[in-house]
Amino acid sequence: MSSIMSFTGMALKNLFSKPATIQYPEQPKVYPERTRGHVEINIDDCIFCGMCMRNCPPRAIKVDRASGTWEIMRFDCVQCGYCVNGCPKKCLSIVPGYTEPQMKKEADRFVKPPAPKAEKPAEQKQAGGQKNA
Amino acid sequence: MAKRSVVPFGPQHPVLPEPIHLDLVLEDEVVVEAVPSIGYVHRGLETLVKKKDYNEMVYVTERICGICSFMHGMGYCNAVENIMNVEVPDRAKYLRTIWCEMSRLHSHLLWLGLLADAFGFEALFMHSWRLREKILDMFEISTGGRVIFSVNKIGGVLKDMPADMLKNFVQILDGMEKELRETTNIFLNDYTVKSRMVGVGILSPEDALKRGAVGPMMRASGYAIDMRKTGYAAYGDLDFEIITSNDCDCYARCQVRIGEIFQSIDIIRQAAAKIPDGEIAAAVKGNPDGEFFMRVEQPRGEAFYYVRANGTKFLDRMRVRTPTFANLPAMLQTLKGAQYADVPILILTIDPCISCTER
Ligand code: SF4
Ligand code: SF4
Repeated sequence: MSSIMSFTGMALKNLFSKPATIQYPEQPKVYPERTRGHVEINIDDCIFCGMCMRNCPPRAIKVDRASGTWEIMRFDCVQCGYCVNGCPKKCLSIVPGYTEPQMKKEADRFVKPPAPKAEKPAEQKQAGGQKNA
Repeated sequence: MAKRSVVPFGPQHPVLPEPIHLDLVLEDEVVVEAVPSIGYVHRGLETLVKKKDYNEMVYVTERICGICSFMHGMGYCNAVENIMNVEVPDRAKYLRTIWCEMSRLHSHLLWLGLLADAFGFEALFMHSWRLREKILDMFEISTGGRVIFSVNKIGGVLKDMPADMLKNFVQILDGMEKELRETTNIFLNDYTVKSRMVGVGILSPEDALKRGAVGPMMRASGYAIDMRKTGYAAYGDLDFEIITSNDCDCYARCQVRIGEIFQSIDIIRQAAAKIPDGEIAAAVKGNPDGEFFMRVEQPRGEAFYYVRANGTKFLDRMRVRTPTFANLPAMLQTLKGAQYADVPILILTIDPCISCTER
């Protein structure tokens, strides 16, 4: 049987209920812990084996054993997590927080301290200044 | 004879979420013929087998479509697993089933929204999508992604759902069911909505068969064809009936899809209750050698994956036939003799996914 104005009930209910959306950006979006936002590296544990570089489907990672650098093109990465699963030292992880817009497409560079006891070098910046990380 | 005119429809059209072009040959207001042209979003994903090894291809196949991405990944993994004789652990099969059904749920809700949008019922569109959002949130909690999930791998899945997460999901679905009934009742009972769908776009059972329709299109014309009954993933252990209708019109297709929404909830409940403990992935060694056809039931119908491997890590061929591709001839059939004003609804009635079609 068809009815006319069948939507009225729902419309009225909506009038008096809380909005389904959040007031972004005043009210920040809380991401669940599994959200694949960006790849993070614990450079101290990396052995520069290059597995992540070979595995990455869009070839977003560059590893250079000689200079001890690990680079990622944040805008090429598709957050698939294949590098994370293949890393023998488990030093990669994928964490919430999306890459923020940038004027130029640049690689994020991480350098391993040359001497074992050296402090963290200046180049090692916090991955892209993400919120919510 | 009335004067004929040709009206181009698409590739950019308010009702089309994706680009497809149709040349509609009209006699007055009646469509006498529709000539489709596709190819606007072809990405050449199948050729990528030459550059990406068979493991990387999982992530490529997922990106065939943003709605059934899980099922695309799974269908491909199933095909390779069959070639390599990998026995997927039971828990992984159940997890895959749950994610498949969540995909079906959100896909059908998306479609309901688009349908409401096509006949201008914006509030109903918003409500369908509001409900869909909860499923997307569930996806984000369990897989870490809302559109692309990246949880499939050859041999199983990458992420587990702990018991409390599953319980929480079932609770969310229980809570949603009442709201879903309210919303879907409007689609099924409202006078205005029915006036746009009942008796529109008849696809007779003979035509459906002859044109090789799949999925809800076929089931709404009376055929009980559903690939889930072949028992891939954990479907063989679960109890469900194929939903069909004999009315053959747009309303019947809407009815079938709405029935499937509630069926999906039921399947998720069953799977959550029955899921066994254990491993979520089997070890895979070596490279695939051989070929396999895998058929899976996506929200839009049957999709198949053909994989031919040669013993190296690069496949010889990967071919995907998506449901929208199979449904296009049936859609052209329903367009013949239709009123021009009904064209948007008739196009939406197959739940077109053009990016899938063009890969
Ligand atoms: S796979 Fe792990 S250890 Fe090897 S280079 Fe990459 S991050 Fe370093
Ligand atoms: S997450 Fe995927 S795309 Fe991103 S760096 Fe790792 S392997 Fe490459």
